[in-house]
Amino acid sequence: MNTKPALPPTRTIEFRDVSFHIDNTPSRVIVYGISLEIPHGETLVLLGRSGSGKTTLLKLINGMLLPTNGEVLIQGRSTAAWDPIRLRRGIGYVIQDAGLFPHFTVAENVALIPTLENWDAARTAARVEEMLQLVGLDPREFARRRPRELSGGQRQRVGVARALAADPPILLMDEPFGALDPVTRAELQREFSALARRLGKTIVFVTHDLREALLLASRIVLLEAGRIVASATPQEFLRLDHPEVRAFTSSLAMTPGAPA
Amino acid sequence: MSPQINTWSFFADHRAEILGATLDHLTLVVIAMTIAILIGVPLGMFIVQRPALRTIALGIASIFQTIPSLALFGFLIPIPFIGGIGKRTAIVALVLYALLPILRNTYVGLTGIDPAVLESAEAMGMTRAQILFRVRFPLALAVILAGIRTATIITIGVATIAAAIGAGGLGTFIFRGVALVSDALILAGAIPAALLALLADFLLGLLERRLKIS
Repeated sequence: MNTKPALPPTRTIEFRDVSFHIDNTPSRVIVYGISLEIPHGETLVLLGRSGSGKTTLLKLINGMLLPTNGEVLIQGRSTAAWDPIRLRRGIGYVIQDAGLFPHFTVAENVALIPTLENWDAARTAARVEEMLQLVGLDPREFARRRPRELSGGQRQRVGVARALAADPPILLMDEPFGALDPVTRAELQREFSALARRLGKTIVFVTHDLREALLLASRIVLLEAGRIVASATPQEFLRLDHPEVRAFTSSLAMTPGAPA
Repeated sequence: MSPQINTWSFFADHRAEILGATLDHLTLVVIAMTIAILIGVPLGMFIVQRPALRTIALGIASIFQTIPSLALFGFLIPIPFIGGIGKRTAIVALVLYALLPILRNTYVGLTGIDPAVLESAEAMGMTRAQILFRVRFPLALAVILAGIRTATIITIGVATIAAAIGAGGLGTFIFRGVALVSDALILAGAIPAALLALLADFLLGLLERRLKIS
């Protein structure tokens, strides 16, 4: 069977003048004129307020949404031309509620894509163990548990392990730490930041938390009402002179213990 | 002689007949429920993605539920192939009654799943069929079973009326008892029917709790 990752690992994501509206009604445009190149290995953080179009961009990458105008290229090929199933098997996806299958054990959840890709049992089991260790969960303790027997932080760890199981070159994360308590969130952010550097994957990470963006990003793209208004490294970002950037940086300044 | 002693002695004297009618009754219910499940569950799965068909299917199933059971048996008698006097007509009517709770619960169970679970299933590259059979269906099983439980209890009750069109079962005693103004005869049909319903409710309830995933 096909056990290779669905995408060769060197490719990037490219948005070419992408707009997306619902029902082709121009008045209900969600994102406009997005052009964006994401090179391999970058951790791109899409930052913006609720409703700014961040999640829409993520869903345009894995073909859950198709552009109304323009195109999104993955591995040089338009998402409209990809078989959506093959495309998505090569793109890990982590969301805020983790979306773990409640009727599966932790091990079965992590093994989801390897199972769908017909890996043999021994290889799958080894991979599950490796993934659980990678996200800091002892397989002996956690493999047989059900998601309801986990804390929120543990669930998100399993979500990350599941997304990485088939070694996809691209990882999409939609506010994965947004629902966690502040202490657990900080812990997972630190660990994930180290993990991301080690894995060398192309990561697109959605958040509305500037501090999280500064910690994780190699580049921050700021969205406002469906448009890109800034694109900069974390260092540059704080010095940008744009009203929406200032809105975010001033929210940071008001938070006690903000990074210097 | 008090009516109570009369009833007990009647039960004792007609043990074999009552047991036979109970088995007849159970056979009727099992056949009707099997057919209703075989139609209702796949149909419920089918209408999940088809809103137009969903309205029609649930609408028709609801209409059957509103027809008084005695009238439904009566309506079916003149219809060729499925009608006439006897067990076959009774089974058709029982299936029509059992369909709504099964169909509705299948649909509700399959659609009432945490959107985050369905979103990640789709985003992970599961096909529509894989999502239906590996995610939606197992997660909906407890709700579907609750519908089957409701339908079983309805069917056990309605099946007593099937005796009116010659389908046999415990209703035979009840109709005879009404005609002869005999409490003993009525109870000989009613008590085993009630016990069957309670037993079915208990057993299916056990199964439902085992399948429930929180």
